[in-house]
Amino acid sequence: MSALTEAPPAADLPVRKASVRKRLVPYWLLVPGLLWLVVFFALPMVYQASTSVQTGSLEKGFQVTWHFQTYWDAFKEYYPQFVRSLLYAGTATLLCLLLGYPLAYLIAFKAGRWRNVILVLVIAPFFTSFLIRTLAWKTILADGGPVVHALNSLHVLDVTSWLGFTEGDRVLATPMAVVCGLTYNFLPFMILPLYTSLERIDPRLHEAAGDLYATPATTFRKVTFPLSMPGVVSGTLLTFIPASGDYVNAELLGSTDQKMVGNVIQSQFLRVLDYPTAAALSFILMAIVLVMVTVYIRRAGTEDLV
Amino acid sequence: MTDDKNDGGDVRLTGISKTYGSFTAVHPLELTVPQGSFFALLGASGCGKTTTLRMIAGLEEPTTGTVFLGDKDVTDLPPYKRPVNTVFQSYALFPHLDVSENVAFGLRRRGIKSVKKQVDDMLELVQLGDFAKRKPHQLSGGQQQRVAVARALINHPQVLLLDEPLGALDLKLRRQMQLELKRIQTEVGITFIHVTHDQEEAMTMADTVAVMNGGRVEQLGAPADLYENPRTTFVANFLGTSNLIEAEVVEKSGEDLVVTAGGAKLKLPGGRCSAPDTSGGKILVGVRPEKISLAHKDDEGSIAAGRNRVPGRIVDSSFIGVSTQYVIDSPAGQGLSVYEQNIERDTRLVPGAEVVLHWNPAHTFGLDAAQAIDAGVEKVEDAA
Amino acid sequence: MRWLRRNVIVIAGLATLAYLILPNVVVMVFSFNKPNGRFNYSWQRFSTDAWKDPCGVADMCGSLSLSLQIATWATLGATVLGTMIAFALVRYRFRARGAINSLIFLPMAMPEVVMAASLLTLFLNLGAQLGFWTILIAHIMFCLSFVVTAVKARVMSMDPRLEEAARDLYAGPVQTFVRVTLPIAAPGIVAGALLAFALSFDDFIITNFNAGSTVTFPMFVWGSAQRGTPVQINVIGTAMFVIAVVVVVAGQLVANRRSNSAKA
Repeated sequence: MSALTEAPPAADLPVRKASVRKRLVPYWLLVPGLLWLVVFFALPMVYQASTSVQTGSLEKGFQVTWHFQTYWDAFKEYYPQFVRSLLYAGTATLLCLLLGYPLAYLIAFKAGRWRNVILVLVIAPFFTSFLIRTLAWKTILADGGPVVHALNSLHVLDVTSWLGFTEGDRVLATPMAVVCGLTYNFLPFMILPLYTSLERIDPRLHEAAGDLYATPATTFRKVTFPLSMPGVVSGTLLTFIPASGDYVNAELLGSTDQKMVGNVIQSQFLRVLDYPTAAALSFILMAIVLVMVTVYIRRAGTEDLV
Repeated sequence: MTDDKNDGGDVRLTGISKTYGSFTAVHPLELTVPQGSFFALLGASGCGKTTTLRMIAGLEEPTTGTVFLGDKDVTDLPPYKRPVNTVFQSYALFPHLDVSENVAFGLRRRGIKSVKKQVDDMLELVQLGDFAKRKPHQLSGGQQQRVAVARALINHPQVLLLDEPLGALDLKLRRQMQLELKRIQTEVGITFIHVTHDQEEAMTMADTVAVMNGGRVEQLGAPADLYENPRTTFVANFLGTSNLIEAEVVEKSGEDLVVTAGGAKLKLPGGRCSAPDTSGGKILVGVRPEKISLAHKDDEGSIAAGRNRVPGRIVDSSFIGVSTQYVIDSPAGQGLSVYEQNIERDTRLVPGAEVVLHWNPAHTFGLDAAQAIDAGVEKVEDAA
Repeated sequence: MRWLRRNVIVIAGLATLAYLILPNVVVMVFSFNKPNGRFNYSWQRFSTDAWKDPCGVADMCGSLSLSLQIATWATLGATVLGTMIAFALVRYRFRARGAINSLIFLPMAMPEVVMAASLLTLFLNLGAQLGFWTILIAHIMFCLSFVVTAVKARVMSMDPRLEEAARDLYAGPVQTFVRVTLPIAAPGIVAGALLAFALSFDDFIITNFNAGSTVTFPMFVWGSAQRGTPVQINVIGTAMFVIAVVVVVAGQLVANRRSNSAKA
């Protein structure tokens, strides 16, 4: 027969300890990667912070003089570029959402057996260098090309010129071209997270909503869209953040009047070699983006993005 | 008891306990499971039964105590060095391997090259010979369960641990698999330790059941013994249903104890009372619903002498085929259950009718009134 | 009209798809162009010259092979480091979890130009020689977070009992990892690795800051946008697009066939 008695209280029994080696396993896994990020991501930020408060010149060398004036000077001189960056990036993000949502919805609910084909078509352009694809827009939007011709004959360009988006009969070298390029470049970063969160929605929820007297429009507003919020949030972040620091589209598709803050940082750093100003600009951009992102995530109410 | 040194198949836990921070999942526990037995650990979720099982498997390190397999202390052995195998809750079949590779997994890891014959034999034993090349997700729940059993048994473990192995199956399949597992156990003769929250399952399959509650074993014994002689209110309520009535001890008369409850005088065998029997003391008197007979008040005179009797009124009755279940309010207690076999139905026994409950005093047991009267009663919110 | 209303989403979606594909079509068409002058922006006449001589432009194929090398090593490094972090994050408890999560999230929430500039500041301060190694370091850094995210999602959906079952069935720690953990986590790891490869191969901004005089393929394209765009750029772009589509479609077909034969 089985025997059973209650043992003496736990205090009298020797307590076993997990071995030290076992407890260290997570740290062995974490340390190499985290060290990489600390040395090559966090530490550079510190160096940059120190550079931004240095004064001096390339010939005589730079010294930390806690010269915060650089920030104010840099911002005063380049605030149009900051405003432009945020405006262009914001517009492109909004356009990405408007254009990307129907496609993500199409893939998630309507594509059937075409689903994988369309997904491949969304991802495949990535494999052609984005610079090559951006250059293709130069051809597409070329003066006198079919697109400009069509827009012209529909009098769209008259309206956009009046709004200041384009100039005369041109699309290239105007804000519209830059925003168009930004939108194009970051569209897949909007579509994929949207698709992922839409795909998780049980299609029966649509039927349930319909059963409970919701019209298709109401169903979308009250059921589908709220459930896709995680995708909307990560999609807009993945679009807005890189777009705000981009300088490729402004350089290739815009003119000197469309320069964004990325262009300024790049030229200060690589051509003018005014490191303090470049570092200060880069910090201001980082601060603006981080503040906007934090506020946005708080308001959207999804914090677990990692 | 198997204290003599045999080939050492007993599982012996001495002073085993598990704490997580300030929470004690399992209180220090002494337990011996004899070789070849079918042993069940029964309890509600969170009672420590799975933790106990995982400590035997080596998947959880005990805070204190020692695990013996036979005479060998295996406490410090990792799971892959213990001659013990587990059938996991929801099976944990490897999704990337087919059925035969799942079953062969343990053999291959021990460096056995020619596994085909053994795998085929084992799949035959669990009646899955035709499914060797399927992936787990192409099988039904019952088939997956049998693969999990085969995958563990093929290693000829000294002990097979089953962690709620039937929890994911529907009722009918569960009954079928219970018999199947019992058959396999008899056939292979390995010790089975089975964790379950289903008291019927534990009683059907096991030779010995340990009822666990709050990290302790409340009572241990053969199923019939536990059912007939519960020693705590938890066991009385968790294993089947009990009517527990608060009563006061009047006197001892010979072997019997005489008590009063709500004005009715009841008798019970002194040997079946686990509470102190000082006169004037409070105890809980218990009787199983199927032991009680109902008589209409008008027929009270026809009840045999010497039976315990309590007056009452039918509040509710439900017909469930083999029997009718009545709920009765009486001065002795509210909401008493009575199960009457549907042999000759008395048409007067409808809600509102005045009745007399009567039963053989030998079927009465007594419990310590200091415990919660409703311990172990299944509540709607935690019925899983 | 009703048909239009019912299919408005399909039409809008397909229009977006066209917007996405259009540049690739243009790139493909213009790979058969024979431009007058140095820039390949307007259609002149059909020619297969560039396809017959894809490496006919000085330095282009060299930069391409450099980009492939860097992408391969960066993928390897980021995948190994990222997978380790992902497992640690999902499977273990430890201190400073919040700080660690932020450290992984921040590189993805940072405009590339900021990371590029600060990394260059570090390299300048340390007096590091800009080139292959600084590019590789930078690429592993920005790919790491994406790999962690991809692998973590997969590992989180893995049942930890599968590994317990393996250990219960006589598989030691190494065997458990090789036989069970790795095969089941593989889709996540592969996804992370593919993403890392694509990000590294196509990166321009961070590379531009930290490459010194080394020229990767995106930097070659950037330079040619100033000096004149050879048709061969379009040939390479088209070839990579076609190869990618073929590989994905072939992979899909193999996967389909396998699941079909398993059902039979």
